[in-house]
Amino acid sequence: MSGPSDYQPSNPALQWIERRLPILGLVHSSFVVYPTPRNLNYWWTFGAILSFMLGMQILTGVILAMHYTPHADLAFKSVELLVRDVNYGWLLRNMHACGASMFFFAVYVHMLRGLYYGSYKEPREVLWILGVIIYLLMMATGFMGYVLPWGQMSFWGATVITNLFSAIPYVGESIVTLLWGGYSVGNPTLNRFFSLHYLLPFLIAGVVVLHVWALHVAGQNNPDGVEPKTEKDTVPFTPHATIKDGFGVACFLLLYAWFIFYMPNYLGDADNFIPANPGVTPPHIVPEWYYLPFYAILRSIPNKLAGVIGMFSAIIILCFLPWLDAAKTKSSKYRPLAKQFFWIFVAVCILLGYLGAQPPEGIYVIAGRVLTVCYFAYFLIVLPLLSRIETPRPVPNSISEAILAKSSKAVASIAVALVAAGALFVGTLQDARAEEGGPKPPGNSWSFAGPFGKYDRGALQRGLKVYKEVCSNCHSLSFIAFRNLGDDGGPGYSVAQVAAFASDYKIKDGPNDQGDMFERPGRAADYFPSPFPNEQAARAANGGAAPPDLSLITKARSYGRGFPLFLVDFFSQYQEQGPDYVAAVLQGFEDKVPEGVTIPEGSYYNKFFPGHAIKMPKPLSDGQVTYDDGSPATVAQYAKDVTTFLMWTAEPHMEARKRLGFQVFIFLIIFAGLMYFTKKKVWADSH
Amino acid sequence: MNPDASTIAAGAPIEVDLTPVAEGQDIKVFWRGKPIYISHRTKKQIDEARAVPVASLPDPQSDEARVKAGHDQWLVVIGICTHLGCIPIAHEGNYDGFFCPCHGSQYDSSGRIRQGPAPANLPVPPYQFVSDTKIQIG
Repeated sequence: MSGPSDYQPSNPALQWIERRLPILGLVHSSFVVYPTPRNLNYWWTFGAILSFMLGMQILTGVILAMHYTPHADLAFKSVELLVRDVNYGWLLRNMHACGASMFFFAVYVHMLRGLYYGSYKEPREVLWILGVIIYLLMMATGFMGYVLPWGQMSFWGATVITNLFSAIPYVGESIVTLLWGGYSVGNPTLNRFFSLHYLLPFLIAGVVVLHVWALHVAGQNNPDGVEPKTEKDTVPFTPHATIKDGFGVACFLLLYAWFIFYMPNYLGDADNFIPANPGVTPPHIVPEWYYLPFYAILRSIPNKLAGVIGMFSAIIILCFLPWLDAAKTKSSKYRPLAKQFFWIFVAVCILLGYLGAQPPEGIYVIAGRVLTVCYFAYFLIVLPLLSRIETPRPVPNSISEAILAKSSKAVASIAVALVAAGALFVGTLQDARAEEGGPKPPGNSWSFAGPFGKYDRGALQRGLKVYKEVCSNCHSLSFIAFRNLGDDGGPGYSVAQVAAFASDYKIKDGPNDQGDMFERPGRAADYFPSPFPNEQAARAANGGAAPPDLSLITKARSYGRGFPLFLVDFFSQYQEQGPDYVAAVLQGFEDKVPEGVTIPEGSYYNKFFPGHAIKMPKPLSDGQVTYDDGSPATVAQYAKDVTTFLMWTAEPHMEARKRLGFQVFIFLIIFAGLMYFTKKKVWADSH
Repeated sequence: MNPDASTIAAGAPIEVDLTPVAEGQDIKVFWRGKPIYISHRTKKQIDEARAVPVASLPDPQSDEARVKAGHDQWLVVIGICTHLGCIPIAHEGNYDGFFCPCHGSQYDSSGRIRQGPAPANLPVPPYQFVSDTKIQIG
């Protein structure tokens, strides 16, 4: 993108186009012959990874939008049904939802890389500021995207974040009304967020073009921070950088696929599987992990307006970085003090992220204040001061000289950086749910756990029987149709069995030609009917507590795993908090209330229920349901079977997900290996 | 992008019958998509709200100014925490009033902020008594 290209295509048709629109020359000069410093390390592949992720998010997002209904009453349901009924809908949703997290993970690595190697310094100030703008747009897009599924955390996250703007004096309230389109977060809010969530990624793509343009004018920075001087310092972009980026993307895909296929809900919040309810606030409103450090800054400042200003300035301050850090030496490799402070800063960010997920009380508040001061001190005191007092180590004269002097120390620093980046990623995932006291649900050996987990067909069929004979008296199962009972990976009934099962139910239909509603036997396409006509009726019949719908209950309930178990879970693929909790509650009833615990009238004592006072009476007792296959008719067996069944209702495509995941992993490992050896071959003469 | 006509029309005043609300009880009604708490306060709650010196409050306002004269037992407030918009829980916290589970703000039996990050008292919506047992909100 620098100056007219002398590229001449050999094909006459392309020559004809090139004379009128030199687009091939543009591509050729920007992505083929473009000189790239030959000492770039793998941290420089994150630019390509980010471009890839942006494309991925736009592609999956456009397809998801074809199946999504932006209406307060229908949004939650449309997301659930697209996961269940659309071909590979579960894959699209996982790719998009985990993709957002991966996008932010990559952008944080990319930003920290820029910070470490001084990529914001002259002549790259505009390039850096464009990057900060992209980051701000990403935050807005991510936030609005999180609102769209219209679960509890979506709704309350939207309420908390839009209320931030009410802190602005004089115009704050009007801004909030404009965001809401009403008197509170509601349907108009959802509609405008959907529209903006569709628009902003294309704005991001536009700014990315400017970002790349600015990059190709100023040239890439490099780990040694010395500008390329001779041709010996650079290699052509293609094939050198393209193949290296390709290998970087392939490795990144391995991490991405780990989430998509094996840990899709690890980064999410169980509360978001509960439909939005303006009348009930979740006990802890926690943003997505990538906002947590800024959320911690917001909360640690006791004044509302000052908190909001603090949070936004934590991001805006990045724009001024090129002038706050006046040191001539770019790379922290040659700045012994700056290097140490950089790692302290990374630790501060990780800890702020951790605090952002904790309840705002006691020691957490004080720690949050200290770390907020540290965060700003890094930019406002440490960096300006260092550029005056630090004596940098001598910088090599040229890139080729730096390569010759390359020591093995770099490998160690990369390893440290990798570990730190990994910790930044998982360190912020701590579940904020308060420990409500009482024992944690005991673990179970579920047949569906692990990378090759499958549902036990017998358990699914027995669980369906328990649901039908016991649970369905109070609990609905509204996202499940009778036809699902015959689906692959489900209880495995035949078409005839499903039809017979459905015809036992009376389904309300109509109106008929006379205008009356009538009842008819169920068909395979009908959904399980609800025991109560509406939520109010359910509430009135059950002592004020409406029995929740069970379709998603095993994903909508969870419990805090605590440090360090949640780190282990990432590697062991433990995803069964929900089923463990449900099975524990079903077996946790005790007639004798322990001393010192008072249970209100009309409630029952349950060991595992948060707060211990549950409105549901003990639902299961030995011998209550007769099993045809000789399984023991005990509460433990019932609980296990019905929980397995409810896990299937929450994740009907789990078997397909894990099966495809295995195939994808085999492919990706081979692909990454091939990319690696190709890369080695291409770079063989360049080192 | 301001609220459209149907949203504004749906935000018209509503009438609430207070007869079923016993002393010490409170109900939550929705108006303009916002939860409104109507508390039938006990004598103890009223006395507590009036005993505290007004000047010592973070957002000084007397209890008398927050209720309608002659209907001192009725407290009507918008149940949206003035911090970041969560819904406080009635009859919880240290002040016999409201407790916000999100960031720990505590309001007293007059809906005034006493402790926590919220900057202001729970707002009183526009309302009037149309009879002794019925109010109109809006």
